[in-house]
Amino acid sequence: MRILVKGAGVGGLAAAFALHRAGHQVTVCEKAADFSAAASWLAGGMLAPYCERESAPERVLADGLGAADWWAQAVPGSVTRAGTLVVAPARDEGELERFARRTRGFEWLDAEGVAALEPALAGRFRRGLFFREEAHLDPRRTLLALRDRLVAEGAVIRFGMEVGEAGLSPASHDCVVDCTGAAARGRLPGLRAVRGEMLMLETPEVTLSRPVRLLHPRHPLYVVPRAGGRFMVGATMIESETQGLVSARSVMELLNAAYALHPAFGEAHLAETGAGLRPAFADNLPAITGEGGQFQINGFYRHGFLLAPSIAEALAARLAKTPAPATLAPETSGPEKLGHFLQGEVA
Amino acid sequence: MVSLYGTEIASRLLLGTARYPSPAILEEAVRRSATGIVTVSLRREMAGVKKDGDRNRGGAFFEMIRALGVRVLPNTAGCHSVEEAVLTAKMAREVFSTDWIKLEVIGHHDSLQPDVFALVEAARILIAEGFQVFPYTTEDLVVGEKLLAAGCKVLMPWCAPIGSAMGPVNPAALRAYRAAFPEVPLIVDAGIGRPSHATAVMELGYDAVLLNTAVSGAGDPAAMAEAFGQAIAAGRMAYLADPLSPRDMAVPSTPVIGKAVFDLPPDLPASTGRAVA
Repeated sequence: MRILVKGAGVGGLAAAFALHRAGHQVTVCEKAADFSAAASWLAGGMLAPYCERESAPERVLADGLGAADWWAQAVPGSVTRAGTLVVAPARDEGELERFARRTRGFEWLDAEGVAALEPALAGRFRRGLFFREEAHLDPRRTLLALRDRLVAEGAVIRFGMEVGEAGLSPASHDCVVDCTGAAARGRLPGLRAVRGEMLMLETPEVTLSRPVRLLHPRHPLYVVPRAGGRFMVGATMIESETQGLVSARSVMELLNAAYALHPAFGEAHLAETGAGLRPAFADNLPAITGEGGQFQINGFYRHGFLLAPSIAEALAARLAKTPAPATLAPETSGPEKLGHFLQGEVA
Repeated sequence: MVSLYGTEIASRLLLGTARYPSPAILEEAVRRSATGIVTVSLRREMAGVKKDGDRNRGGAFFEMIRALGVRVLPNTAGCHSVEEAVLTAKMAREVFSTDWIKLEVIGHHDSLQPDVFALVEAARILIAEGFQVFPYTTEDLVVGEKLLAAGCKVLMPWCAPIGSAMGPVNPAALRAYRAAFPEVPLIVDAGIGRPSHATAVMELGYDAVLLNTAVSGAGDPAAMAEAFGQAIAAGRMAYLADPLSPRDMAVPSTPVIGKAVFDLPPDLPASTGRAVA
């Protein structure tokens, strides 16, 4: 089939790759000139299904378990499998207990355990939770590499082009997949945006090997190490649909929390700030909607890199009219997920 | 029914809408709690909303709140000054087309204690502009009097710091507050952690309870919302049923008149006359 994918965020590129791999002729059309308009450009890139389970339904865990393998195949070398460390300031240690009660896949660490894992945090936390099976990736490198791979393998990707321009007419394709994220608000019933803000800090004084989450009743935060001494610090969750600039209060809160994690972050350079809109449905779970030759993939909320693989494969399976691969079979994902995926499908 | 600024409300639970895992879970919590009033924070969710448009309705989240079909009590959570709180209240009136405002002026960033001086001043300003103010205050009687003098018809004392989940830390003060303002609708706002806390303050004669984190932060918010609805109804019913006061001595629940109990030697096991509550 000739398939037109609208939107080159993580949802669009993952769908494009899954469909391309299934033998379809894929064209991706992105309105913006580059990736910077995509919410996934500002993402943390944590492949942390167990940590997310603390506040998300079981489906996020079940569908997210295969994400690290999927990305490692799609973009070899992109995935770092070093787990996730969760800590809390001494006065909020109760938050660790609560976090632990609501998920699984972790082991408790004492102060020595935390220090052994992340020497930079030695002496700073008495306890921690280690999610050994989790992984992370650099969203920007990964998106760029996946784009390059798609192009190298014969897919077409057009940036700065609207659907309808030069060869991008829906009529010349058998199927159109809309992956335009928050821009689909108004077209997709129930889709809203949840504002998120992030910072990029740069310092040679701190070394972390894995994402670290700092629990706090008011301002929970994560820090994801990136190459070149950079640290992605995120992220606020605000029920606002305004993109705009990062607010001073959010910067203050994120920096305060980063400083609480390690005082050396106070001396870091503030390399970047960013604000984006996460697309979300009322249940904060992604969905495939549509039928025939028109589909929409949307609502990844804060789980773009985590859930785009399972959604992309589910779409490819639907277009192939074959059952999903074993990793996505109902026994691992539950009826809730299938019901969700099949929304809007004609029997 | 409790009457708040002339509006009769069936449920005595006021539920906050912040920090649920998803709007769908919030909706389910509202439904199962059977609450008639939800509070909404404008401070942060309003970030960047245009102030020039005459059709300022906020974003999709506010649309969802409006669609819940319950009364909305917007709040000024996160405001630290009179000016901020007054401005936020005016935006709230525009967005939710209501004169109701839960007035919250925070005095201390860490403890989130209300600044009661700024609170009284902001209440005076807002009431002069036609607002119906629900002030979030401490259990201080004099502050309560000043809020009433400013024109408030409802008082909302805390029972513990916001989000602390400690429950009523000073029941004697809450009892005195109820006694001091017998005719004023009193709503315990902030500090509730468990349904038993809500029952306890309702048994003291409070008219309603306002809470948020105790539900939104629970592992199953919708189930916890229902539990709170039942606990508050139970506490109210118990208050109306005139519960016993504690006493120092055991009191038999079985009548002892005509039995030989008074003649029994003290070392005999008494099958009657036990203190059964």
